[in-house]
Amino acid sequence: MTRITGGLIDRGTSLSFTFDGKTYSGHPGDTLASALLANGVRLMGRSFKYHRPRGVFAAGSEEPNAMVELREGARREPNTRATVAELYEGLVAKSQNRVGPLSCDVLAVNDVLSPFFAAGFYYKTFMWPRAFWEKLYEPVIRRAAGLGQLSMQADPDDYDSGFLHCDLLVIGGGAAGLAAALTAGRAGARVLLADEDFRLGGRLLSERDPLGGIPAVDWIAGLEAELDSLPNVRILRRTTVFGAYDHGIYGAVERVADHLKTPGAQVRQSLWRITAKRTVLAAGATERHIPFADNDRPGIMLAGAMRSYANRWAVTPQAHAADPVAIFTNNDDGHRTALDLMAQDVPVLGVIDTRSDAPKLGDYTLFPDATVTGSKGRLGLTQIQITRAGQSTWVDCAALGVSGGWNPNVHLTSHHRGRLVWDAATQSFLPGPGGPEGMHVAGAAAGRGQTGLALADGAKAAVAALAQIGMSASLPELPAPEATADILTLYWHVPSKKRAWVDFQNDVTVKDIALAHQENMRPVEHLKRWTTLGMATDQGKTANVTALAVMAELSGKSIPETGTTIFRPPYTGVAISTLGGGDSGDSFRPRRLTPTHSWAAARGAVFTEVGAWMRAQYYPQTGETHWRQTVDREAKAVRAGVGLCDVTTLGKIDVQGADATTFLNRVYANMMGTLKVGRVRYGLMLREDGFLYDDGTCARLAEDHYVVTTTTGNAGLVYRNLEFARQCMWPELDVHLISTTDAWAQLAVAGPNARSLLSRIVDDFDLSNDAFPFMACSTLTICNGLRARLFRISFSGELAYELAVPARYGNAVMQRLAEQGADLGVTPYGIEALSVLRIEKGHAAGAELNGQTTADMIGLGMMVSRKKDSIGAVMSRRDGLAQDSRRMVGLQPVEPTHTVTPGAHLFAQGDPQDMAHDQGWITSACYSPHVGSSIGLGFLLQGDNRMGEIVIAANPLAGETTQLRIVPSHFVDPEGERLRA
Amino acid sequence: MKFSALRVVKEALTGHKGWKPLWRNPQPQPDYDIVIVGGGGHGLATAYYLAKTFGKARIAVLEKGWIGSGNVGRNTTIVRSNYLLPGNQPFYEFSMKLWEGLEQELNFNAMVSQRGIINLFHTDAQRDAFRRRGNAMHLSGADAVLLDRDALRQKVPFLNYDNARFPIKGGLWQPRAGTARHDGVAWGYARGADMLGVDIIQNCEVTGFRINAGRVRGVETTRGYIGAAKVGVAVAGSSSRVMAMAGQRLPIESHVLQAFVSEGLKPVIPGVITFGAGHFYISQSDKGGLVFGGDIDGYNSYAQRGNLPVVEDVAQGGMALMPMIGRARLLRSWGGLVDMSMDGSPIIDRTAIDGLYLNGGWCYGGFKATPASGFAFAHLLATDRPHETATAYRLDRFATGHVIDERGAGAQPNLH
Amino acid sequence: MLIPHPLLGLRDAEEFVYLGDASLMQRPDPDSPTALTDFCDYVFLRDNPAGVHRELWFHEQGDRSWLVVTRNTLTHEILGAELATDAARPTVTQEPSA
Repeated sequence: MTRITGGLIDRGTSLSFTFDGKTYSGHPGDTLASALLANGVRLMGRSFKYHRPRGVFAAGSEEPNAMVELREGARREPNTRATVAELYEGLVAKSQNRVGPLSCDVLAVNDVLSPFFAAGFYYKTFMWPRAFWEKLYEPVIRRAAGLGQLSMQADPDDYDSGFLHCDLLVIGGGAAGLAAALTAGRAGARVLLADEDFRLGGRLLSERDPLGGIPAVDWIAGLEAELDSLPNVRILRRTTVFGAYDHGIYGAVERVADHLKTPGAQVRQSLWRITAKRTVLAAGATERHIPFADNDRPGIMLAGAMRSYANRWAVTPQAHAADPVAIFTNNDDGHRTALDLMAQDVPVLGVIDTRSDAPKLGDYTLFPDATVTGSKGRLGLTQIQITRAGQSTWVDCAALGVSGGWNPNVHLTSHHRGRLVWDAATQSFLPGPGGPEGMHVAGAAAGRGQTGLALADGAKAAVAALAQIGMSASLPELPAPEATADILTLYWHVPSKKRAWVDFQNDVTVKDIALAHQENMRPVEHLKRWTTLGMATDQGKTANVTALAVMAELSGKSIPETGTTIFRPPYTGVAISTLGGGDSGDSFRPRRLTPTHSWAAARGAVFTEVGAWMRAQYYPQTGETHWRQTVDREAKAVRAGVGLCDVTTLGKIDVQGADATTFLNRVYANMMGTLKVGRVRYGLMLREDGFLYDDGTCARLAEDHYVVTTTTGNAGLVYRNLEFARQCMWPELDVHLISTTDAWAQLAVAGPNARSLLSRIVDDFDLSNDAFPFMACSTLTICNGLRARLFRISFSGELAYELAVPARYGNAVMQRLAEQGADLGVTPYGIEALSVLRIEKGHAAGAELNGQTTADMIGLGMMVSRKKDSIGAVMSRRDGLAQDSRRMVGLQPVEPTHTVTPGAHLFAQGDPQDMAHDQGWITSACYSPHVGSSIGLGFLLQGDNRMGEIVIAANPLAGETTQLRIVPSHFVDPEGERLRA
Repeated sequence: MKFSALRVVKEALTGHKGWKPLWRNPQPQPDYDIVIVGGGGHGLATAYYLAKTFGKARIAVLEKGWIGSGNVGRNTTIVRSNYLLPGNQPFYEFSMKLWEGLEQELNFNAMVSQRGIINLFHTDAQRDAFRRRGNAMHLSGADAVLLDRDALRQKVPFLNYDNARFPIKGGLWQPRAGTARHDGVAWGYARGADMLGVDIIQNCEVTGFRINAGRVRGVETTRGYIGAAKVGVAVAGSSSRVMAMAGQRLPIESHVLQAFVSEGLKPVIPGVITFGAGHFYISQSDKGGLVFGGDIDGYNSYAQRGNLPVVEDVAQGGMALMPMIGRARLLRSWGGLVDMSMDGSPIIDRTAIDGLYLNGGWCYGGFKATPASGFAFAHLLATDRPHETATAYRLDRFATGHVIDERGAGAQPNLH
Repeated sequence: MLIPHPLLGLRDAEEFVYLGDASLMQRPDPDSPTALTDFCDYVFLRDNPAGVHRELWFHEQGDRSWLVVTRNTLTHEILGAELATDAARPTVTQEPSA
């Protein structure tokens, strides 16, 4: 055990947890990493490529090494950083990316073979023999690569997403962030304070310095209490702001229940879309390390992390309390770690400082102008080699803290591709121009990390940010601890013939960077991509700047000349479940139900998806064993008696105004201006590029009132286009539009008995053929006063009507019609029968109106009026459209038992079946109970001139060819006598 | 220098001292026979095939940043030839065949991995449309298999078959499709072109064209004027900007397409899978990251970054289709700048200016076309005739009405 | 993104459907002798600038108005938005009184 005194853990409570099956104990306030260290566990994982033994390297979300599979079963979470996993009772974690036990991973053989696995090696080999890549090399590589394992089960937890709005978003709850939130909170601004940690305070929690004369943690508690008391301030703990998007919008994930064994009734995580008028980024800084030979052993960690473990979690990094600890640094901050460890009676063997003028801040051995040049210890550090003036000595050392200075966490400032600026004074990249609008950067993230500076900076940033939105705030009284001199001398890596790791997780060493330089992979992005530097789960938070410095040194250029990398969202990994907001499975998208849904459901209808709609597909009856039986029965019933079908999903647009006629004449390709009141006309709409895109009916209910119908799929598009025509092209017209698709239930009543059935529910309305002929329309009342609209239109080719009633009456009217028609053979039919009926009648639908076809192609070219202009008319005359000779035809198998298959391509008999001889394709097909065989529709070259010809339908996917006869597309009642009856 | 396993072993044993630069950093010459503007996949491939197949010399590729910094370095690495229309399918199948021999051709392992692509369908109408497409693939000599639900479930059992808002009814499978290591493709062509004497000039931005009597004479660059008898522009994403310098307006809008990669995971997804009822497609890289994406953001943009609604939309699609990825974490997202053309298909053609040629309009599908695009553009530059598989990619097709509109969406770039 | 709707204030761009260049409002004269060329240019060719762009957005999940938004395509900064009906008319006219 290496637990020491102090720390922000609740020693009164013990939490039991397991790692790789072994049970340990920790306390509330611990992370998995701190608890494992407290139990003397240093080996926590394996690296990606060489499977090197690895321990904890950092104390926060930048951790590259200590990654585990957290939780079990369907809740397993691969690649979880032990350094941010909050300990809870019963936590279960497993190490990952290993074959065999963690301590003797078989794949560690890669480490021995590492000379063969230099940067980019795989681009140079595995090319012979060709077929071996997919069969041998790649599977082996894939199995060895990857990190943690998914459970392969659906995530059982709930998630949600929501919107938050604020005047000021403060990102980071350390010194600068707390000061900013306090300043803005007191000024009455709506403040959101988000911090990724489970405890506010940031770096303050890791230091021993008092604040305002009291322990820092007490000072934080006082401030937190005040913030909590302000109704205009909301603190989001355990919340990572992961991305900066346009116009002050930020993405954030709140880990609502990750500190619990299971979320219980809560969601596991929430996705917040935060709209902030202004933002203070106070994300702190990340310490950098100094690569040296064999610098990746468990026990070697960032000096600042070592300090965090000692001060916040009361653990020391060595397995046994008596083992010596050393610090390797190029700056004063490293010395502070030594002092803090000594204050806890940790044996510090010395501070190795690269500077010749290194200060000695306490009673420890100082090795100035010295470096660490090697390390030993297979599964954990046992010795380091200290080199000074060419003299190297091996000394026993169980833990080494490394400090190479600090990199401001500027990530979010460059999410808008803002360029970072190299600052010579702090020797770091600072936020440059082009950052997200309204973002102010404060504290360590802006290179002003010392506590006093950060506090003042945060407050000032809040005042400045609020001033921009017209709010005044005053600077609060804040502690002003004295700044300490911090002289950092640039020292980027210890040269060595051995491997010195820069990017730990992906095993990128100084040598790899040198090789990239040698092979002319020098631009930063080439370096990254050639070596995989910075592409691991930590996104190079502890590696990128160091790598850049090494490349700069190799190419004799300055760091800013060498380049920077662009940071991209997310700041740290976000679960895909969370980004999906919980809308998985059945709740992926909402369902639209038709007004008669419950009636159809009660009738046992089978429903199917039509866009967002659920529509009755068919209505099976007892004894029917196959859907075809049902559909045949329904189709025959329509042709013989009367059928009922809900067609509400077709788009409906009310068009009103003095210029409605002019307007419609411009948006329909065919002549609409001559339509009389009380009549309906079929209409075609073209896109402006001349292709057909929708068809439907246009009914004139009054001089200045029309009802336009569209196909189901294009209801939204047609409405949008009509509004475009009205508002953007012809705003001078007096015309108004409203979509009424959902306002009116529309029911098709089709079949020879349709008139008889309707006559039983209309109120005093003459349905006779003379009074209300084919293509008539009228408003009326039914069922003793219910207002309705009646259209005598037919999709089936039978005597048919469509009856519209206010949507809330749809279900009742359907029920009434079904009751009233019992003796007339009334039959509900679904969209399968609807489709059979329309194919038999040769009406084009979605498969024919697919956006690639013209009015000519569906045989309605004559409808595109040349007497007037309309949308698409001019462009429809381009050669490519006008000379396209493919035409819609009917298709019937020569051998009646054969099937017409949609998607088969058509060929002239005797032609080779290749793309050059392709003459068309089959769009729709069905079994026709009327014809007594399979029938279809399709497009065929010169189709209108080839009636009676036999063509070949080729379906090479199934290895089939079928002989089909070209027939007119009207399989039923070609003269249209039935629908006019 | 020839790359081989033997060479890797030899270098490993001798401290990697022998590896040479993959390409030179030459100074630009005062003039060239052919200048390619754009050091992305298409530009580098064009230069390679010009030198290799068409025997051309005195060729330069001008790249404003570092080679491979455009879409070839920021795509989701899918290669496939599963198109419908006769203007497209033979071209993409030609590309597929070039992919199949790419490593041997270039002596560079671009990790072309033919693990297949499955496009899922969720309705009978989608199935019929895929049958038409799969048959078109067969007719052009490509491979395709129409999988029903049971066959699909055997191949990819981890999809949500039992609780889906849009039930999975099957899929169109192209076994020969797959992925390739995108950077490796750019580097392989660059190295190959360099070895054949092509000057690859990085950090050289074209700032103007010198045009005289209707003929291009050369290009102004940030590294001075460079004369050229012929100039080929292959800068998809920025085609409009570059061609505007030559006074040309194009049937193209620039849009942002986001892409996503998860943290590394042990292998779970065998090939490429696309969702037919939402905007989502996915594969898994050799390193273990789930590589996925969805729809373009939908507005004109040169910002190379997108917004949250698309991120959420894509994640929702993923969760609807395969909820077992939910506890994997998104590691990185990025935005690419794509040329969205007015019919969703590319342009490889001469322009109104003699000696100036355009290769662009690749929408979000340029990566898979890289080899054929390079080959066809080289053919056009070398012979002034379109390659036989690229005859439809004409600039005048919009005026004549011979558009190649796979989606049937018309002149609405964000719907393609 | 947030779109400053001239009547409704800042609205999330998700409520809108994007069409493209505002030049689509200038439908050519179909009776001109050069109509076919004019329409081809109108339908297919775009300036596609990297910078300030006037473009059309439809407030589909809102008040169903078409807006002309002026936006920088390099930075996504929005410089203004107006109702397309206002932009389409040469001058803004008052609502006629009843």
